[in-house]
Amino acid sequence: MTTFLGMPATAPRGVGHLRGDQTFPRAARDALQNSQLRRNLRHATTTIRGKSGRVIAELPDWQLLRDAGSGIKTDVMSRLPELLEQLEERVVAVGGVVHWAADANEANTIVTELVKATGSDRVIKVKSMATQEIGLNEALEAAGITPVETDLAELIVQLGDDKPSHILVPAIHRNRSEIREIFLRAMPGVDPALTDDPPVLAAAARRYLRETFLSTRVAVSGANFAIAETGTLGVVESEGNGRMCLTLPDTLITVMGIEKVLPSWRDLEVFLQLLPRASTGERMNPYTTMWTGVTPGDGPQNFHLVLLDNGRSAVLADTVGRSALHCIRCSACLNVCPVYERTGGHSYGSVYPGPIGAVLSPQLTGVADNASLPFASSLCGACFDACPVKIDIPSLLVHLRNQVPHAAVEKAAMAAAARIMDSPRWYASAQRAAKMARIAGRRGRGLPPPLSGWTAGRDLPEFPKQTFRDWWAQRTDAPAATRASGSSGGPSGSSGGAAAASGGPSAGSGDRSEAPDGTRSEREDGR
Amino acid sequence: MRIAFFATCLADTLFPEAAKATVRLLERLGHEVVFPPEQTCCGQMHINTGYQKEALPLVKRYATTFDRYDVIVVPSGSCAGSIRHQHSMVASAYGEAGLAARSESVAARTYELSELLIDVLKIEDVGAYYPHRVTYHPTCHSLRMTRVGDKPLRLLRQVRGLDLVELPAAEQCCGFGGTFSIKNAETSTAMLADKMTNIVSTGADVCTAGDTSCLMHIGGGLSRLKTGVRTVHLAEILASTEYA
Repeated sequence: MTTFLGMPATAPRGVGHLRGDQTFPRAARDALQNSQLRRNLRHATTTIRGKSGRVIAELPDWQLLRDAGSGIKTDVMSRLPELLEQLEERVVAVGGVVHWAADANEANTIVTELVKATGSDRVIKVKSMATQEIGLNEALEAAGITPVETDLAELIVQLGDDKPSHILVPAIHRNRSEIREIFLRAMPGVDPALTDDPPVLAAAARRYLRETFLSTRVAVSGANFAIAETGTLGVVESEGNGRMCLTLPDTLITVMGIEKVLPSWRDLEVFLQLLPRASTGERMNPYTTMWTGVTPGDGPQNFHLVLLDNGRSAVLADTVGRSALHCIRCSACLNVCPVYERTGGHSYGSVYPGPIGAVLSPQLTGVADNASLPFASSLCGACFDACPVKIDIPSLLVHLRNQVPHAAVEKAAMAAAARIMDSPRWYASAQRAAKMARIAGRRGRGLPPPLSGWTAGRDLPEFPKQTFRDWWAQRTDAPAATRASGSSGGPSGSSGGAAAASGGPSAGSGDRSEAPDGTRSEREDGR
Repeated sequence: MRIAFFATCLADTLFPEAAKATVRLLERLGHEVVFPPEQTCCGQMHINTGYQKEALPLVKRYATTFDRYDVIVVPSGSCAGSIRHQHSMVASAYGEAGLAARSESVAARTYELSELLIDVLKIEDVGAYYPHRVTYHPTCHSLRMTRVGDKPLRLLRQVRGLDLVELPAAEQCCGFGGTFSIKNAETSTAMLADKMTNIVSTGADVCTAGDTSCLMHIGGGLSRLKTGVRTVHLAEILASTEYA
């Protein structure tokens, strides 16, 4: 007898930051009206695009590296359970403790209990998307523990009681005078004479963070990679604050999404080339910190690894959708996305903004909870070309759109349109009906909702006097051979009345194996 | 060569000049054009809006209509891309393995106009004359789905009288995206605004592209702003001669 355990669970509601409280179009409206935000975003994304493009162009084997990255990730997903068990075994063998967290609530409880057990009421954090995803800071605060973000941009976001709006540049939406105000208001022990000069701001953050590093015994980190073969964890960063977190405390707790595992040490050679060039436009990231378990007398003496699912198994269960788990959080897709550039990260309502967020967040939460996100893209495909691990985001968006619950009115309209399009006769009739409606009424301006958004900023084209198919049926200027073969469409496939009246190509030559009407009834029978 | 013509629903209904131009161009080059009238729409709008099941009969219709031709031409990089990358996917998703195989086979014989001219007919100079200042917008799907590359530009460079001017940030999306321009109308409008600024900055009289859909969107915006810049499909430019 078997026990059905059901589909893997999606990320729970009411905890963490994967769901927004508004739909994307509604949230985007506010951002679109903020011209300063749009300028900041455009400047930042244009700069980083240029920088990244230049260093990528230096590598003759960039496409091969992308293929390698994609191949490794595909392999990882196909044997994730096995690799995770290997990772657990290795981490335990080198003195670490491994915890499995099915969702955000479990992960938060595990980490909170571990911190409590140390007796510390404060933890330092190295930027981690996984802990933002699960709302760990809020959970720690609820337990009386103060989390201090040590990535400078994260610190600005935290002190500003704000949310990150970019994977790589979380405070991309803040300028320096805003940062000065945030520091003055919220940074403990800050000099009241603080100016908004960037070096002065950086010095203030440094002084505060140094004090915190030296007086805090527990750190929480994320991980960019985990090597199953050796049990090694890795974090890459630019400021060195992460390395402080990873080396100074007595206890280190790493929260890692289960998809981050890599089979072997050798695989790092691919990702340590792909990530910095795609991400910050650097040839190599400034700080790469690797640790393998604990080393007596050196670095943290207690190491805990929390393996977070929180919907990832559900994503993995979809053989198409799972490629969203290949993401290495480089933000290249955000930096090339014309939608992100204009709406900013907050519009996506999740810690994962931009194109990757539009496919990852709905999968982690279940598509019904983030149903507007797969539509937050014009499917321009720039993200796919930019992705260092070749995630076909446009195809994933289309895949998810096919799963979201559609509004009844839209559903009826789309079904009707498809039926008309599947009949050349109805189709030609609809073409004429549309033309008549246009002549009778609106003449290009103003359509009813939901189409009114389109005509708010654009004129509709005038309907032509004649459709192409009517022209074709009536044309007299065609070369003889063309006219003869033009009739090969069969009797009922012609454009109805116009063709028949004109004596056009309505007498089929009968070389079709399947008449259009036959095709249609075949479809109807199939339903 | 005998070439089957897939006009696309949009060109057939709203932009017949683009479709007629495709026919005239190919006939002028000495080819026989066939228009199977049982064709309607490639189903891309349905597929991209999340209605793959509804699109399935259209996928089937396209394969059935065009399977008996060796070469099929589409004056749209977007529809060509959908036929090539989405048709067999939709068929497979609904368990139609036979249709999926047929769709792949037909897709392999389906060419976007500039691909047909350069890759199949091996011609860059089509003998066109078009005395205007023109800028070219490489539509996203032509560029990134169908991968026509610089083929439209190579064709335009051979057009007599044509002053080709480069479009700044050409590869940025115009914001159309099919139903995206309805579902996210405000974001789409913001994207369109930047595209129009770039087009106007070139001083061109005409903005051309290989997709009537994007041209409808851009043209609708340019018309609303009374910029005086027209949108013209690539086929219409290539079909123009000193005599017609």
